[in-house]
Amino acid sequence: MPTKFQRWKERITATDIVMWFIGFALLVFIILGSILTLRAGRYTPVQWFDFVIYGLAQGSIYALVAMGYTLVYGVLRMINFAHSEVFMSGPFTAYYVAAYFYRSSLLESHPVICLIIVFIVSMTISTLIAFLLERIAYRPLRNAPRLIPLITAIGASFTLMYLFRGLYGTGFQAYPVWEIFSGKWALFKGLEIGKIQVFVIFAAALVMVALYLFIQRTRIGKAVRSVSEDKEAASLMGVDIDKTISVTFIIGGAAAGAAGVLYALVFKQVFFMMGFIPGIKAFTAAVLGGIGNIPGAMLGGLLLGLLESIGPALFLDGFNIAAPYQLKDAIAFLVLVLVLIFRPTGLLGERLAVKKA
Amino acid sequence: MALLEVKNINVYYGKIHALKDLSLNVDKGEIVTLIGANGAGKSTTLKTLSGILKPRSGSVQLEGDELTRYPAHQIVTRGMIHVPEGRRIFGRLTVQENLEMGAFTVKNEQLNRTNLTKVFDIFPRLKERRKQLGGTLSGGEQQMLAMGRAMMSNPKVLFLDEPSMGLAPVLVDSIFENVRQMHASGMTILLVEQNARIALQVASRGYVLQTGSIALADTAANLQTNEMVRKVYMGEA
Ligand SMILES: Nc1ncnc2c1ncn2[C@@H]1O[C@H](COP(=O)(O)OP(=O)(O)O)[C@@H](O)[C@H]1O
Ligand SMILES: [Mg+2]
Repeated sequence: MPTKFQRWKERITATDIVMWFIGFALLVFIILGSILTLRAGRYTPVQWFDFVIYGLAQGSIYALVAMGYTLVYGVLRMINFAHSEVFMSGPFTAYYVAAYFYRSSLLESHPVICLIIVFIVSMTISTLIAFLLERIAYRPLRNAPRLIPLITAIGASFTLMYLFRGLYGTGFQAYPVWEIFSGKWALFKGLEIGKIQVFVIFAAALVMVALYLFIQRTRIGKAVRSVSEDKEAASLMGVDIDKTISVTFIIGGAAAGAAGVLYALVFKQVFFMMGFIPGIKAFTAAVLGGIGNIPGAMLGGLLLGLLESIGPALFLDGFNIAAPYQLKDAIAFLVLVLVLIFRPTGLLGERLAVKKA
Repeated sequence: MALLEVKNINVYYGKIHALKDLSLNVDKGEIVTLIGANGAGKSTTLKTLSGILKPRSGSVQLEGDELTRYPAHQIVTRGMIHVPEGRRIFGRLTVQENLEMGAFTVKNEQLNRTNLTKVFDIFPRLKERRKQLGGTLSGGEQQMLAMGRAMMSNPKVLFLDEPSMGLAPVLVDSIFENVRQMHASGMTILLVEQNARIALQVASRGYVLQTGSIALADTAANLQTNEMVRKVYMGEA
């Protein structure tokens, strides 16, 4: 009669032990780094505040893009690697509209209307690309083995990237600057907050709330959720699966198009590969929150943004690492690795499935 | 003419000939049962009627309308609903939302309210649990939800695939009591069961399915006394 401990021991492999060791070492490193940084007191509270605001702004953009990954994963159980190009296509196209507004001084005289138009153009293009992507690349593979649509997604990602390179060229294009977003607002005691960060956070929150309500409250939103759970049962209720999957790509695309403009406003430039890194980050955010879980994507995005902006200073600076901020991408991907090792279901993922098992 | 008329359908899984020239019919207001052993093709029959599977030949007509040409989601609109084997409720949707999904094709709000009242009359438990996630319900409650959800589509015919599956005997009795109540509220039901004894108690007519074809068709009373049925499907020596 084996004891509980013996049975437990049998299930543990050498890989598990190595993984735990790595995880534990990282945890010690992070805690030690944080203590050293805080003891050195190199950063003022104002600077920490800035980190948080920048992190939240960046994180809300990730959250919007992550929503697209998670929605599509929900209905198709695949990672749409071409979503980063959906994210790029909108703002890149809208750049030409923005540049026209800038040249014709409309941007100066009617900044808000111009901004709205830029958003509409970007969201329309991203939505259209997402819609066509599903129709052309993924739908014919609906019943293919799972690896095939995944590889197709990577192919579609490159195809779109180079299609837009062919259309708009290889160069970086400087996005016009909206004067209304330049500068900062003074709060109190020397605290300042960037106008563009405030705008990004609020705009992203608005889109997220709208999306969430759409998914939770509307008839079509319920159809999307039921298709995510059980396609056959949904079709037995009269849900058109094809149409619902299209809707999923459309809302994911619209969110990515909005996120793309916010990204372009913050970084003030666009180019054909601009989707690549934020795409992987948003995917990381979706996995962090629990892929397939909509609130999880929002949470994952915000957390990742915060980790990226606070992390380098907090975890690394204490070790006197030169230019820690350049390691922010490493931190993001480390998060991905850690989540995959220790909590593959993400923070909010599939709790119900675990309970059922 | 019967409400639902199935004529000579042939269904294949690749090379496997799962249904062979199967015919059956259901009249308005009836409970008809289709009994048969595991693997006989009962679920395949219902899946074909609800459009998940397409027959290679044969016809399925509801009030004379040929349904095999429609995809599954359009068949619901035309008045047939399928409560699949294993209930298949949406675990991450609330009970209320599950019922709303049942009414997905019904645009008439007045009708939805009437149907919801009917469902809650038969299944008061669902009313108590309407804010809970479907996945948190017990097996019996999930079966109730699956049946209530189907009623919300305001069907002309309702297909029930093995409602007794995986339930304790006490629960089986109460689920079949619910089936009677659904029938009394005006539902026409095609009931698929392995549990022939209880199925023949609620049905008025029955078909016996053997490896993809109908072996027997008779009134429930006659089938209950049939030698072969008693032996093979009710486990009597
Ligand atoms: N998806 C499938 N692919 C291949 N064969 C199947 C499939 N589903 C059912 N079958 C076969 O078809 C026959 C009928 O199955 P089914 O309709 O599920 O039987 P029942 O519901 O009466 O138990 C069985 O022999 C089964 O193995
Ligand atoms: Mg079956």
